[in-house]
Amino acid sequence: MKTTLTINGEPREIEAEARVTLLDALRHEIGLTGTKKGCDHGQCGACTVIVDGRRINSCLTLLCTQEGAEVVTVEGLGEPGRLSALQEAFLAQDGFQCGYCTPGQICSATAMIEEAAKGWPSWVSESLEGEAVLSREEISERMSGNLCRCACYPNIVDAIAKVAEARMAEAAE
Amino acid sequence: MTAHLVFDEPDKRNRLDAMAQEVVGRPIDRSEGALKVSGRAVYAAEQATSLWSEKRAECLYGVFVRATVPLGRVASLASGEARAVPGVLEVLQDPRLVRHPAQGMARKSPPQDLSEVTYFGQPLALVVAESFEAAREAARLVRVEYETSAEAELDPAQAPSELPEKKQSAQGDLEAALREAAVSLDASYSTPSMAAAAMEPHAALAWWEGDRVTLCGAYQMVSQNAEELADALGIAPGKVRVLSPFIGGGFGSKLGIAPEAVAAAVAARTLGRPVMVTLARQQEFEIAHRRSETGQRVRLALDADGRLTGIGHEARVSNLAGESFSEPVQQATHFTYRGENRQIRHEVARVNLTCAGSVRAPGEAVGVTIFEMALDELAEKAGLDPLELRLRNIPEEDPETDKPFTSHMLAEALRDGADRFGWSDRRAPGERRQGEWLLGMGMASAVRVNMLHKARVRVTLTGEGARVESSMTDIGTGTYTILTQIVAEMLGLAPDRVRTILGDTDLPEGSGSGGSIGAASNGSAAFLACEEIRRQIAAQMGCPEEELTLKDGRATCGNRTRDLAELVTEPLSAEGHFEPGKALKGVRSSTWGAHFAEVAVNEITGEVRVRRMLGVFAAGRILNEKTARSQCLGGMTFGIGMALMEEMVHDRRFGQVVSRDLANYHIPAHADVPALEVHFLEERDSYGGTLQAKGIGELGICGSGAAVINAIHNACGVRVRDLPATPDKVLEGLCALGR
Amino acid sequence: MKDFAYLRASSCDEATTEALEPATRFLGGGTNLLDLMKLGIETPARLLDVNRLDLGVIEELDGGLRIGATVRNSDLAADPRVRRSYPVLSRALLAGASGQLRNMATTAGNLLQRTRCPYFYDTDMACNKRTPGAGCSAIGGFTRYHAILGASDACIATHPSDMAVAMAALEAVVEIEAPGGARRHVHLADFHRLPGDTPHIETCLEPGDLITAVILPAPAGERQIYRKIRDRASYAFALVSVAAVVRMEEGRIATARLAFGGLAHKPWRDAEVEACLEGEPPSDDLFDRAADRLLQRAWGQGENDFKIPLTRRILTAALREATGGMA
Repeated sequence: MKTTLTINGEPREIEAEARVTLLDALRHEIGLTGTKKGCDHGQCGACTVIVDGRRINSCLTLLCTQEGAEVVTVEGLGEPGRLSALQEAFLAQDGFQCGYCTPGQICSATAMIEEAAKGWPSWVSESLEGEAVLSREEISERMSGNLCRCACYPNIVDAIAKVAEARMAEAAE
Repeated sequence: MTAHLVFDEPDKRNRLDAMAQEVVGRPIDRSEGALKVSGRAVYAAEQATSLWSEKRAECLYGVFVRATVPLGRVASLASGEARAVPGVLEVLQDPRLVRHPAQGMARKSPPQDLSEVTYFGQPLALVVAESFEAAREAARLVRVEYETSAEAELDPAQAPSELPEKKQSAQGDLEAALREAAVSLDASYSTPSMAAAAMEPHAALAWWEGDRVTLCGAYQMVSQNAEELADALGIAPGKVRVLSPFIGGGFGSKLGIAPEAVAAAVAARTLGRPVMVTLARQQEFEIAHRRSETGQRVRLALDADGRLTGIGHEARVSNLAGESFSEPVQQATHFTYRGENRQIRHEVARVNLTCAGSVRAPGEAVGVTIFEMALDELAEKAGLDPLELRLRNIPEEDPETDKPFTSHMLAEALRDGADRFGWSDRRAPGERRQGEWLLGMGMASAVRVNMLHKARVRVTLTGEGARVESSMTDIGTGTYTILTQIVAEMLGLAPDRVRTILGDTDLPEGSGSGGSIGAASNGSAAFLACEEIRRQIAAQMGCPEEELTLKDGRATCGNRTRDLAELVTEPLSAEGHFEPGKALKGVRSSTWGAHFAEVAVNEITGEVRVRRMLGVFAAGRILNEKTARSQCLGGMTFGIGMALMEEMVHDRRFGQVVSRDLANYHIPAHADVPALEVHFLEERDSYGGTLQAKGIGELGICGSGAAVINAIHNACGVRVRDLPATPDKVLEGLCALGR
Repeated sequence: MKDFAYLRASSCDEATTEALEPATRFLGGGTNLLDLMKLGIETPARLLDVNRLDLGVIEELDGGLRIGATVRNSDLAADPRVRRSYPVLSRALLAGASGQLRNMATTAGNLLQRTRCPYFYDTDMACNKRTPGAGCSAIGGFTRYHAILGASDACIATHPSDMAVAMAALEAVVEIEAPGGARRHVHLADFHRLPGDTPHIETCLEPGDLITAVILPAPAGERQIYRKIRDRASYAFALVSVAAVVRMEEGRIATARLAFGGLAHKPWRDAEVEACLEGEPPSDDLFDRAADRLLQRAWGQGENDFKIPLTRRILTAALREATGGMA
């Protein structure tokens, strides 16, 4: 069946069986292999992409359900020479080693910062109401859906904290 | 031109320190980093899309059929239903397919013939289809019947065992030492099977051109893997090319050629099209090597002065019949602490469970961890500060062989760590509290044997910059970056003028990644190549190589300076060939460190949270402080996982892996890991090849789990001897203490 | 996974009618259904996408809230009315899964998610849920995560939801539309079933039934607590969880609604336990008696025996906190 959607700003029309996941469609049909398959069951976060502004696991999403959706993958966030602020921060803080979970971490963090900006609380938030301040503990909790076996967690949190701070300062101005 | 060095003598020249570019050691960003953060780095399963973009439609997908008994013979395999699935081309059974991955550095095929089943989950056949979904669907429809003649051995504690002669040792009289000791300990511990659980599952894409096969795989040691694949296929090693430019983590699980590679190659041959085989995460747990569970008994004798007089360390591990690898639990016990009466007993049970193999720091990861837990108990019994107990028992030389240490940094690491961490603030169990949470501190030594391996690296200098080439891999360890730095340093180039190409068996044979050998071995080879190129430049400049200064693309001899761009009109190329020699025969070489952890234990629920952790490490010259630090963070976090949550469970009745996905096999998530601190001790080890460097990839996991476990005791008084310390075990201890 | 026909429902009426066709499943967030389909545990012939129905709204109703069936877990947790008046629900949602999964998972889908029993998840193991009458291979196996209350010889699985535990304590009501358009309301406590001899029947839903909403009654000034114990700090299912919704009056417990996760085939509520608390001044002694009642028929499998003392301890801690005493 045919699915029409936008990927990284480009309109696409993809012909695929109904059972094809968004993840496999990105990797095999479109050739956007930045999005990774780590577990295929929503247990690792390597496949995280941003759909209509929200981070989701593309492995548990059927392509055919995404008619009209706007999908952003890691490739759409930046490219060498024109990296996004988070991509730059991951590079500077060494927020990765093997790099396999990295696209998922970066997509996840990109959307997570926006969730916090909307005031969404987390499991570790002292209060459910009021503003969400991205402390280390908050970032770690909110990013726990992205596993990293190389375990660059402290560096990833550093990278996100740096960008989140700039984002919050920008919002305050 | 080859620059060959057999490492017979320590290298005390510290030549890198005399170079002018000053990039080695600096925390520069990863050279392949921009590709990784932008999703442009291409991993094994993605090669079909990138290399084969014009032929993507040609690629077929293979999915394994799984054995559902732990032992037996395939009596029949009915594939009719599977073949009826639209898109399915073949249900491949072939005598060349392999049962499980090869052990690291095997250089030959692992056991073949899938009709013999030796563990639950073993591949039996490969379903090949036009699409991944069709192959996955069809693999479930293959009906297999088995003949079983013997009972499978599914309980490592009960299975028949062997005592390999070479793995036992004894000196003095341990029993007497224990009898005469002022304080002694005799305690039993256990660690469960664990998984490497790299984020990238095993994947292989194979295609043939004539009688040559190219394999894009996720492998740590491609030159060895090419030989293993050739052996499995029954073809000459020269007919195999393996490519692994990017590997999504290995931790030992990708050391040897594995079933997907052989199956992809055979299927591609049979069907005349490229074939990609990836393991599902569940298969990753069932097929990739596990770290063996261990049963350990530690006996310690301490005299009235707090000196160890006896050390006994027994271990029972397991593996499939016929596998020579057995988790070398006591590897570091031989030399870490003093004591004239020593006994090592190493027992290997033969089981029908997932093949055991190397997982990050095989041996020390579980051996040092348990031993350091035992020392904590001994210190408590003796009324000694655990730090002090260690400091009093550091030997002058290897206590079993009397060989000198190439360097010994344990005492310094312990003292430095204790200062930085604030160890003197440690209180008695139960004395520090925040609400429901009890706080405590623990520490442990870190020890990991250091090894070197033969390696070849080619360096080519042109007027534009340098190219570095080797079949060595970068599994996230930082090899791209450190080789770039070494060559930039030696040839006086900015790092962005150096391009490093790895993971291709058409290039000179590197060591591969494993056993923390990569940096020192391949780095030494790159150094040798650069020395040769420097000699050629020096000859052109008319001065001895030692007097040549290369910096920022300019060569200086005495008062003459020339641009390399004009000097190097023809590419200058040299291959560095490093081979370990006699230098390391008469010495004991190890890396050293100390772990400190502060944990909080919930008094009501038994949950444990690591609040902070410090690792102080000495591993010779640190080539890149940033990537080395990340390696240590990873190792320390593996330690947190081992201490608190990681447990691979096999069902004792049927033999299948119960915890076969990332929801059931817990690895630490972001929320489990606080801001860890890493500190390196400045060191040059002249036995660490031409760079005076040693391996850093595994040291962080050696003992870190013990620091966490010991901190749990300091927080609440509970000793957990069977890892992991999940809430139920801590809770049981709390209840027993009446808390 | 097995191929299927994909259909998009344009009205509830169409959805319930189409769902009467054999082997048809509704598709919401897909976070559990696709997971199960990939493993061959669910093999629907038709997937009926209900995401484009008008069921994604949270609206005020009689002082309470009516939560549409396809409201995403993350939106529900972040809704200001939920955060203010039903914090136990926000907390429970935020304790579950990951940010990504919560962005996908729906309210109805969360209620309908299936057990994470690893024997259910392995089609080569016997399971009465997958194949009625096949036997239960979990019994006698690795049972660390299994039930201690309400289990049977046929099944010892637990329900994995956090959200449902909070909703049970809030006395939520599930709104269900049957084919033909008739709507009925079922108390959340009665929505899920105990396994008995038919563990494959997990809820009170009849063929074609579509969950359209979950209704929360008006809050009455209760103190609300959610606690969850798990094997890692985040992104893990509960070993045990408890939702406590307690109202105090003049130093006495006026009402106590307690629900537990990780203990049974459904969010566990016990009217006797709540009755023994109500009208009493809070004390550790009272909490102990409540725990005695709660656990009087608890029965472990060996590896999950620890859940009995653990439940006792977190019940006490939650009650101390909910009744105003310090934990």
